[in-house]
Amino acid sequence: MRLQAEAIRTHPQNGTEMLNSLHNLIFMPLAELEVGKHYYWHIGGLKVHGQVFLTSWFVASLLIGVAFLATRKVERIPSGLQNLMEYALEFIRDLAKNQIGEKEYRPWVPFVGTLFLFIFVSNWSGALVPWKLIHIPGSELAAPTNDINTTVALALLTSLAYFYAGFRKRGLGYFAKYIEPTPILLPINILEDFTKPLSLSFRLFGNILADELVVAVLVLLVPLFVPLPVMILGLFTSAIQALIFATLAAAYIGEAMEGHGAEEHG
Amino acid sequence: MDPIIASASVIAAALAVGLAAIGPGIGQGNAAGQAVEGIARQPEAEGKIRGTLLLSLAFMEALTIYGLVVSLVLLFANPFS
Repeated sequence: MRLQAEAIRTHPQNGTEMLNSLHNLIFMPLAELEVGKHYYWHIGGLKVHGQVFLTSWFVASLLIGVAFLATRKVERIPSGLQNLMEYALEFIRDLAKNQIGEKEYRPWVPFVGTLFLFIFVSNWSGALVPWKLIHIPGSELAAPTNDINTTVALALLTSLAYFYAGFRKRGLGYFAKYIEPTPILLPINILEDFTKPLSLSFRLFGNILADELVVAVLVLLVPLFVPLPVMILGLFTSAIQALIFATLAAAYIGEAMEGHGAEEHG
Repeated sequence: MDPIIASASVIAAALAVGLAAIGPGIGQGNAAGQAVEGIARQPEAEGKIRGTLLLSLAFMEALTIYGLVVSLVLLFANPFS
């Protein structure tokens, strides 16, 4: 899709100076948004979405770089980057501890933290990095979470993680949760394993794509200043979505480990 | 694309988002109202209430987003075209 001001384009006879400048503004790369067009790479027999790879490599290398810089000279009294990363670590640790429980949370901090940081930086990179200025053939660069494949991959990873956690903790007794509290609920309990990754992936994908669409439509209508509040709202919601994804992943893992009949954690 | 399919898709997309917005709208209103009430009763719990409220608002918003995903599929990745 290419959002363009058809109305202005189809009436060139009204082309006053102002309208021309508006016209030029609208044809700046800012006011375009493409959905469902991809920069395909052919690897083996597969067609992969190259723009997603490029941006996720950017996000991953940014995270690795910052983590490396922050831990290069670790000091007892943290300052600057180290302080920031320690704050992030504590935040993620608290999140995992709240959802998974005091005893079991430690091995899952890296997983939950990776999910949170990757999604967070991805979402914000889509809004803050001027990707549109870099041209690639056939598509455009945007947040990696803008593509349903990324979010489905993350959600399936979460599914694998909670199955693994459940099996590791409870062995075959993990299957007992499917017939709890009564065997009548068996189909619903099985269905839940499918709806969890579905809702996780759709939630993230839809939110990020919706943000970018709304900003693009507003930029198309009024290119200057007016989209700013919406962009800030977008930053806020994308941060919340990263938090929600990580929280839910941790909650699913905790739920798989504790079992339905067991004591409530709180 | 067949014009009938195109117009049906556009109408369906509009309906999907519009209808999907009703429920979460009511739900978010309820949640926000209760949160304000809670804060008015117990102002010292504001931080905790706000955190929970934002999280649950995002959950409700996800329901509208599902409708949005359906309409985006209809508009840009239409399986019937």
